[in-house]
Amino acid sequence: MTTYRNRPDLVAALVRDDRVHRDLYLSDELFALEQERLFANTWVFLGHASQVPEAGDFVTQEIAGRPLLMVRQPDGAVHVMYNRCAHKGTQLVTDESGNTGRFFRCPYHAWTYKLDGAPLGLPLKNGYEGTQLKACESGQGLSVVKHVKVYRDFVFVRLADAGPSFEDYFGDVLGALDNMVDRSPEGKLTVGGGVLRNIVHCNWKMYLENINDTVHPMSTHESATKAAEALWEGHAPTDPKPMAMEQILPFGSGYEFFDKMGGRVFANGHSVLGVNFSIHSNYAQLPEYEAAMQAAHGVERATNILQRSPQNSVLYPSLSVKGSPQAIRVIRPLAANRTLIEAWSFRAAGAPALLFERAMSYNRLVFSPMSVVAHDDVHLFESIQQGLRAGGNEWVSLHRNHDPAETQQATVTTNGTNELLMRNQFRAWAKAMTVEATA
Amino acid sequence: MNDPRDFIAHEAALLDERRFDDWLALFADDGHYWVPLLGAAQADPFSHNSLAYEDRLLLQLRVERLKNPRAHSQHPASHSQHVLQPSRIEEEAADEVRLRTPFLYVEARGDDQILLSGTARHHLIRTPTGWSIREKRIDLLNATRALPAIQLFI
Ligand code: FES
Ligand SMILES: [Fe+2]
Repeated sequence: MTTYRNRPDLVAALVRDDRVHRDLYLSDELFALEQERLFANTWVFLGHASQVPEAGDFVTQEIAGRPLLMVRQPDGAVHVMYNRCAHKGTQLVTDESGNTGRFFRCPYHAWTYKLDGAPLGLPLKNGYEGTQLKACESGQGLSVVKHVKVYRDFVFVRLADAGPSFEDYFGDVLGALDNMVDRSPEGKLTVGGGVLRNIVHCNWKMYLENINDTVHPMSTHESATKAAEALWEGHAPTDPKPMAMEQILPFGSGYEFFDKMGGRVFANGHSVLGVNFSIHSNYAQLPEYEAAMQAAHGVERATNILQRSPQNSVLYPSLSVKGSPQAIRVIRPLAANRTLIEAWSFRAAGAPALLFERAMSYNRLVFSPMSVVAHDDVHLFESIQQGLRAGGNEWVSLHRNHDPAETQQATVTTNGTNELLMRNQFRAWAKAMTVEATA
Repeated sequence: MNDPRDFIAHEAALLDERRFDDWLALFADDGHYWVPLLGAAQADPFSHNSLAYEDRLLLQLRVERLKNPRAHSQHPASHSQHVLQPSRIEEEAADEVRLRTPFLYVEARGDDQILLSGTARHHLIRTPTGWSIREKRIDLLNATRALPAIQLFI
């Protein structure tokens, strides 16, 4: 049943000013269109350059249903190609990562390619004399992704030929990545400690909405925070806390705390939650680390960098950043009702080991499949996915603090519990979904 | 229960009976529960992350959370079944022993069931009242892959 493919008006009508239609979360057809359009037209996070330090290092990753290959070149550049042999389509490599040496060799009929995808050789060469191979696509080597941006070692791709430039698309929200990288006195991060991977049976947009939802922690996370509070009872507020307590207890903060932390939206669905402070603001500071930061950046700038610790920054549609504690989540949609969520930890060059420990601890406590905090989130996402099938009310409310004037400016700063941060995501969704992909 | 192999069977049975307080009491004060993210290939819990690496404080937090009626993910409640192969003693000294126990683990909730497999490795120490767990390490077969929520204790 095709309803939406050729009807941009129907797609646009799913996103109203203050609510969205349930089909956004349920429709397989819309999911397919998202893969073709939204995830092709926008800049999507692929990986981090530190995953491929040496020439020939590669990482495989699927984006929008396309198998891709990120490869370090002999000249140090990072290239992205389609992981598809030019001959018959075999994936050149099927490991998650590795080193291919100086060229790729297809396991099927041994066609070979340079690290940049250019054709190198093939067996029975004579058999191709007089044929049109060279002139056609199959003779050109691997298809390359033309629009690749390596921003401070974070690698993004735009699969569609036409579309906004990287800088125009992200704009000021790139400050969130800057802040995370600047927390290294040497300005360098490396991925460390592996990636925690969760399968969640809900639509990816629901997960992304929740990243900006500050009203749920009190009720959703009550079981975890009450247990933590009971175990911590009797301690003075100034007592040094074990890292796990330092990280879990703030989830129990009240509505006022979350409201006052503030939020900001940017054009194209991006946002920063916690522009004033966040649940990460009160982690113990380390004097030797502060000194290293001041030596690198000067006192004033070092203070600015360290004081800025938003709850979450969303680089729509696939990346969520926590500068402190140096962690990101990557949202990788698998189906309308199935999403892969990855939690990555980073080491900051020149910073003490404690920072890395913090990133790993936070990810383990909050984003692991065995998390003590996320079980309740995940259960509720899966519950929503079921609940939305109910008839009667086909709409999801995003009314909180709706102001008809809010669409007049690209960047708006607001209170932390405003559902504007979610409305902004859906407006970007509607925009990207009604533009035809060009590749 | 002098034979540590009986202790291993008992420990799993407590979990499957949801006797979490009794289970927690089996841990030594410095005891840890560890599920490395690299499974059997992981050397330590510090240079690489883990699906879980918990001391008694965190285990206690989990157990208390499970008792809270607002532990939403426990509506309906999860139940587990450990299917253990015979434990093999890896190392034995006067007052401590290390064992490995291959297992299948099933966790059921509502209509859903997840199946995990791997090897549990116990480091037990002898106390005046019997064996106690210094470390329970679970090497999952597919630890590095994407997993759904695991609600109870493997
Ligand atoms: S498919 Fe790759 S060489 Fe034939
Ligand atoms: Fe949450």
